[in-house]
Amino acid sequence: MTIAYDHHLTRPKLAVWKFASCDGCQLTLLNCEDELIPLAGEVQIAYFPEATRSVVEGPYDVSLVEGSVTTPEEMERIQRIREMSRRLITIGACATSGGIQALRNFGDIAEFRSIVYAHPEYLSTLSRSTPISAHVSVDFELRGCPINKHQLLEVLAAAIQGRAPRIPSYSVCVECKHRGTVCVAVANGTPCLGPVTQAGCGALCPAFDRGCYGCFGPQDTPNTSSLADRLLSLGMRQGEVLRIYRTFNAASEPFRRESERHEKVWPPTTSDDEPGMS
Amino acid sequence: MSHKLTDGGQVMHVGTLSRVEGEGAMHIEYSGGRATKVELRIYEPPRFYEAFLRGRAWTEPPDITARICGICPVAYQMSSCGAIEDACGVTVPEAIGLMRRLLYCGEWIESHALHIFLLHAPDFLGYDGAIEMAADHPTVVERGLRLKKAGNDLMDLVGGRSVHPINVRIGGFYKMPSVAELRRIRPVLERARDEAIETVRLVAGFDFPEMEQPYEYLSLRPAAGYPIESGSVVTTAGKAFAVQDFTAHIQEQHVEWSNALHATLDGESPYVVGPLARYTLNFDRLSPIAQDIAREVGLGTTCRNPFRSIIVRAVELVYAYDEAIRIIDGWRDGVAPAVPVPPRAGEGFGASEAPRGVLFHRYVLDPAGIITDAQIVPPTSQNQPSIEADLRTMVQTWSDLDDHALSHRCEHAIRNYDPCISCATHFLDLTVKRS
Repeated sequence: MTIAYDHHLTRPKLAVWKFASCDGCQLTLLNCEDELIPLAGEVQIAYFPEATRSVVEGPYDVSLVEGSVTTPEEMERIQRIREMSRRLITIGACATSGGIQALRNFGDIAEFRSIVYAHPEYLSTLSRSTPISAHVSVDFELRGCPINKHQLLEVLAAAIQGRAPRIPSYSVCVECKHRGTVCVAVANGTPCLGPVTQAGCGALCPAFDRGCYGCFGPQDTPNTSSLADRLLSLGMRQGEVLRIYRTFNAASEPFRRESERHEKVWPPTTSDDEPGMS
Repeated sequence: MSHKLTDGGQVMHVGTLSRVEGEGAMHIEYSGGRATKVELRIYEPPRFYEAFLRGRAWTEPPDITARICGICPVAYQMSSCGAIEDACGVTVPEAIGLMRRLLYCGEWIESHALHIFLLHAPDFLGYDGAIEMAADHPTVVERGLRLKKAGNDLMDLVGGRSVHPINVRIGGFYKMPSVAELRRIRPVLERARDEAIETVRLVAGFDFPEMEQPYEYLSLRPAAGYPIESGSVVTTAGKAFAVQDFTAHIQEQHVEWSNALHATLDGESPYVVGPLARYTLNFDRLSPIAQDIAREVGLGTTCRNPFRSIIVRAVELVYAYDEAIRIIDGWRDGVAPAVPVPPRAGEGFGASEAPRGVLFHRYVLDPAGIITDAQIVPPTSQNQPSIEADLRTMVQTWSDLDDHALSHRCEHAIRNYDPCISCATHFLDLTVKRS
């Protein structure tokens, strides 16, 4: 990567924050094995508890935020982080759309608490898991469950250079074409969310003979219901269509709307009797 | 990391534990050199996986539960596959089991290299983190990054990507890597194995506080080989039981100060899972290269000092490369990537050795394969009582240290376990009270 920032003057300060999440997106930064040490020369890693005990006081030039807001404390914490961050970039599906834990938005949180914990009264949890943008203004949202490390490096470079990141918002289908992967839906009849899902993973699943399962969330102009009809014609059951739209980006608006449409025709407690895509 | 001491130095408090996976804190109160209260506080918010797994299809747990942890997703994928296949009465062919083991070796390599070099070594060498350490010890940090990358490359090849691999399914894989692809990564693994042997020598030279854990150790033990992707349960007290009987022996309790459930073994706590337990219970199963280097550095066939866990992880790192090379050398093309796993009503149990210790899954399915109940027991919630017990012992032994030094050492003691807080929530703020 090239970062044209004049670090002889002052290196920009980078902070990495965590909310409700699996740590996988911030791990992606540590997974930049070839770029990590050069990066640390270009930016000052000022707050990154997963990697270091040292803390440099804010304000910060760039804050990367992982995870969704799920507790009253987190609602306050994100406000303080926004106040001390020049640019705030969310990394991953949790921070950008609420994550898999947003499945609670469709259920009864009191019941959820009591299923997992013997003493729900010890917990402090909100009834909904919400993206960072529901609470503060966000300068850029990087998609993916998990994010792609090349996209992360591009977003960091752009933030440091003060330009817009070159992150495409077209669909996974375009990446399959770039990669030369034969369409798994057309050629094999494999149900695939590629047409409605934003690119960024490099069209990984189809290259492994598997349909896309939407971990980068909806692309710019997704026709979710048209694809749902196609998925049904490929042999998926209503319940499966509901579930495929209701995973790691379940609370993103297009996917939420589509899954709820199928809920009306197919109550989620009914069983299917045939294996489909997973 | 903040250190907050109340007046008179009665309370020590570390608000955000660093170089651990997830969010936790430590609270210690003591008087007259005796710890009166030690709490590992896990404030990582709960995400309710076991609740929203209800109503999902039997095919979904590998993708969904992977998201519990970005550092050990393969562990979740393997334990969930094992449990669902058990419920459906399917045993996968040996070759699929071997490819699972190969992917899992990639995760052990990535996770152990991350912990040894980036998270744990700075404690021994006196740095806040690996990036600070890199200024004085560039060759050590660069080696760590190379070793870690070899694990990620292996996961990319077999799993599609290292965080939340996409190639795992109930019954096996979507696509098998070819012999040609596997052979291409072999030289990388071979060089890494040599560097891992050097790593054992390096970390064995660190200074270790004296400490002997009296607790029971628990790990898996398969019919053959070192425990990774499967096995039945054994303990240092001589207990042996099937994974199906896990919940009959292991109970989880919800304590007020933690969003992670505390586990007990036959009503007793603490017990320990992870590298020390695996090594102590399965030294005979390590490959000759791994056994030789352990002997060379004087590790012995058992290890009960949690600070020495860094040496055990390095030995396991050697083993993981060695085992990966063995699997690659024996691989033949033409293996079907998966076997069908039709659903049926029933209960299934699965366990595998996450880098941090035994990870147990249990699912109940209805006749159509819809999950009606799910239970996940992660390694860190099993280790949480032993982490607290270690802290209690150490606070007593080291009561003459000043608060800063004591706090640092307590953090080090927590990192001995490579705790995975995101996993356990369902971790830490250090507070020490002196009187």
